[in-house]
Amino acid sequence: MSTVAVHKERSAEEEVKQDRVCIILSKGSLDMVYPAFMLANTAATMGSEVHVFFTFWGLNVLNRKKVGSLKVSPVGNPGMPMPNILGMIPGMTAMATRMMKGKIKATKTPTIPEMIQSAKELGVHLHACSTSMEFLNLKKEEMIPEVEDIIGAATFLGLSEGARTLFI
Amino acid sequence: MSTAGSRKVVDSRGSFCPGPITDLFKAYRASNVGDEIELWATDPAARADVQAWADKSGNQVMEAAQDGDHLKIVVRIAKKGR
Repeated sequence: MSTVAVHKERSAEEEVKQDRVCIILSKGSLDMVYPAFMLANTAATMGSEVHVFFTFWGLNVLNRKKVGSLKVSPVGNPGMPMPNILGMIPGMTAMATRMMKGKIKATKTPTIPEMIQSAKELGVHLHACSTSMEFLNLKKEEMIPEVEDIIGAATFLGLSEGARTLFI
Repeated sequence: MSTAGSRKVVDSRGSFCPGPITDLFKAYRASNVGDEIELWATDPAARADVQAWADKSGNQVMEAAQDGDHLKIVVRIAKKGR
């Protein structure tokens, strides 16, 4: 938990306006989580300081028990090659997820846990939203160790001031 | 002027964005100024992505050409960041 440390660094005079990218991830489905990490990790390789703020369903990514089994839903997803109504049939989410995971494997795309590992190696900062933790009844001990700290909206807004910010 | 460095081949064939850039970056971290990294990629976005990365990080794309089944991109390390 180094919220305080981050703040101290920031207020230091030597803060050369480093390029920062901040991403708010509010969804936990694969088609939302992948773009978040692809952008975060790439931005880090380009020398940006990167912060990802996990809120609402995005918090599932930080959940030890759920990170390995994130899904993709065919409902409310017009890009899916099936009518929405069929997506509501039991088993359809599992099927869509299986199809996507097959594709992920075939294209040698890293898994989400691998993307998180990469993010960590590249110095991407992963922040958990305190309110969402309460809301989803997620405890600190239930989260993956890669989480840097638990913060609130004000801290995130401070971090993202003047940064490129994306809401997913 | 330039001191001759070493050249390392990074094979990213078959991997898609952000695979090639991530592989390139890993090699970059282990490189020295003056070194060259030869990236092999089949991702159609690699050419433009590597150029964008090089512009941002202050390095140079020396060569980018199709070489058989893949794109061969040579990057000269001119600057080391973190």
